[in-house]
Amino acid sequence: MAEFVMPTLGADMTEGTLVQWKKREGDRVTKGEIIAEVDTEKAAIDVECHVSGIVERLLTKPGDKVPVGTVMAVIREEGQPAAVPSQTPQAAPQAMPPHPASPSAGKTTPSPSSGGRLRISPAAKKLAAERGIDPAGLQGTGPEGALTLEDIARAATGTVGAATPAPSAERQARMRQTIAAAMARSKREIPHYYLSTTIDMSRALAWLAAENGRRPMTERLLSSILFIKAVALALRHVPELNALWQEGGAVRSERVHIGTAISLRQGGLVAPALHDADRASLGDLMQRFQDLVKRARAGSLRSSELSDPTITVTSLGEQGVETVFGVIYPPQVALVGFGKVVERPWVAEGQVMPRPLVTVSLSADHRVSDGHRGGLFLAEIDRLLQEPHSL
Amino acid sequence: MTTMTYRESVRAGLREALQRDSRVFLMGEDVGRYGGTYACSKGFLDEFGPERIRDTPLSESTFVGAGIGAALGGMRPIVEVMTVNFSLLALDQILNNAATLRHMSGGQFSVPLVVRMATGAGRQVAAQHSHSLEGWYAHIPGITVLTPATVTDARGMLLTALEQPDPVFIFEHAYLYPMEGNLEEGPMAVDITHASIRRPGRDVSLLTFGGSLWKALAAAEQLAQQGLEAEVIDLRTLRPLDRDTLLTSVRKTHRAVVIDEGWRTGSFAAEISAVLMEQAFYDLDAPVARVCSEEVPIPYPKHLEEAALPTVEKIMQAARSLYKGAAT
Amino acid sequence: MTTMPSNADAREQILRLLGDIAPEADLTALNPDVSFRDQLDLDSMDFLNFVVSLHQAFHIEIPESDYPKYMTLNSCLAQVTASRP
Repeated sequence: MAEFVMPTLGADMTEGTLVQWKKREGDRVTKGEIIAEVDTEKAAIDVECHVSGIVERLLTKPGDKVPVGTVMAVIREEGQPAAVPSQTPQAAPQAMPPHPASPSAGKTTPSPSSGGRLRISPAAKKLAAERGIDPAGLQGTGPEGALTLEDIARAATGTVGAATPAPSAERQARMRQTIAAAMARSKREIPHYYLSTTIDMSRALAWLAAENGRRPMTERLLSSILFIKAVALALRHVPELNALWQEGGAVRSERVHIGTAISLRQGGLVAPALHDADRASLGDLMQRFQDLVKRARAGSLRSSELSDPTITVTSLGEQGVETVFGVIYPPQVALVGFGKVVERPWVAEGQVMPRPLVTVSLSADHRVSDGHRGGLFLAEIDRLLQEPHSL
Repeated sequence: MTTMTYRESVRAGLREALQRDSRVFLMGEDVGRYGGTYACSKGFLDEFGPERIRDTPLSESTFVGAGIGAALGGMRPIVEVMTVNFSLLALDQILNNAATLRHMSGGQFSVPLVVRMATGAGRQVAAQHSHSLEGWYAHIPGITVLTPATVTDARGMLLTALEQPDPVFIFEHAYLYPMEGNLEEGPMAVDITHASIRRPGRDVSLLTFGGSLWKALAAAEQLAQQGLEAEVIDLRTLRPLDRDTLLTSVRKTHRAVVIDEGWRTGSFAAEISAVLMEQAFYDLDAPVARVCSEEVPIPYPKHLEEAALPTVEKIMQAARSLYKGAAT
Repeated sequence: MTTMPSNADAREQILRLLGDIAPEADLTALNPDVSFRDQLDLDSMDFLNFVVSLHQAFHIEIPESDYPKYMTLNSCLAQVTASRP
């Protein structure tokens, strides 16, 4: 028997609301197939199943808000006998830390005090009773993980009409909170260092113009795809930047999943992953990036896209800024920022001439890497962008 | 608005009292020729004469007892005890006579006595001159316990105290004497039945009195910069306690830190905490926190004395611990 | 055989395509001579999608070097109508 649990779709996600099941009991599900739609602070997410098998039991009802790690469904893997009903796992929410990459989860588990009593403030308990909310499964945010008035109030608003994704104003407020929590944690825990260098883009842009001239309209590339690919390839030379900080140490990732910062039109941002960006062709990356932006803005990202970026690339050049001083998205250990491509005087072969330039910056976790290695990384990006045909 | 020191304000209150009522007289150690240990009665001996400004022997029991007798006889004595530590010598007179005579006489006798004394630490005068025992006095029914923290209260509470038919004890934090402040407009005698909201806020209530008020206000200022809006309540009168003001505040903020320079065990802060448990339990969103003195005789060395007392940092830390961001 | 859209129809259609890309924008307030990108906060991906949607709606081929000609409503209209046979 396999358990399908509420996944963590970002470092600071603590709970999610089931919007709908995409499978019914008795249905066959294959690994990677979408089994549920879950509403988080940021967006409604299509959640993929991690195993193949038959959906034995669905334990969570649409509209239910449950903590990360709660068992939501039981899946009978291929070749296993059907479960005897009495062995059916209970729907009781579990307080187990869902994801090793989420250090905050350990600190604020809903901690029943000794004797199994729920840790809840008197005021919160009173409010829960008034609103008819069962506090047993909620995640506390107060001292020592206690449930507070705010936790109950949040659960109360979540319960009303939870089967539909939250209205945009409320979602925006919650997204702001989520970003605030992640960024505050980043600045609190990660000793950032920052490096930047200026790269001559004339070769890359000339190559891109020629390449786009050859491509049909619908398959043309944006310069940001060159940036993403260059970052992905440069990570092969400085692999320690492609890592997650887990339980007090950096764990390098074999695969390169580039989180691409996408600002949402109503405010806020998400940074879903382009999987295996180092191995994908530019055309493939472009198509996936286009799809990702579209789905991010429509609010239909997939769980794996949100949960597993190994580094983030942000390109604020659209707004005209030249340099980005980025904040690392924990548990990642680096963020690469590209500014606006600007035409500026540049000295090459003893002559001053106008050239399109871009400033690329690296924000990196000094616990994991040092400036020297960060410098090599930026130099490698520069080298790669001078040979755009090899990207 | 007039600016003056706390010391000048006490002195102004004393002079006003001596001028407006011939039954009022001041007695205590060094109040006459020396002008008062804290210079609150400087020049009074010349101005009012030895009948009304009386130096006493170093015997607290004797001169507090004499004050009780004078009050019973129709006078309005103001007795100055040098520090609260020394007042323990007069505890028998205070507890067994001053506080009980109305009760034991079936209401036939009043003791309209005012006793002033310095309390508190922070001036490196060591363990026999630094303690804060006003919480002990607040335990005693039959007396009123005042802790003026502002310049306005320092003058006004004395005048109001003299209007009371029963004994009133005024605890002046010795650290405040040189502090400057604005004397508020209005009648000289001030209300002593209400606590005062010295700074409004919505996130946490800092409940305090006396010298700790200023530390709480400084903490609130810094907490505000960190996004936590603290409400600072000056209890002003420890007995009888104005429960309504502090309960209203905590019912709004759902969180309370009590700051009391007394020792934690059996402190007045413990009493406040108990009141909140009894009357605001279902409004509390976090445990009540206390910032009190460490449980040691107040040390002499400056750094140890400071370490033993409530500080702005300790207050801020306690307030933040009531929220999740306890680590910050 | 298709009927060529009138000028007003073309304008209507361009605005609809923009609306798909920036659904929250108030297109009635659009200044026809100022860049979309500034008015609607379009990034390069949005603009690319817009140009591709023009390509699909009006069956016109737009070389990348001509992208700047599609930056405002009026210039867009001019390009679209000029491309008619």
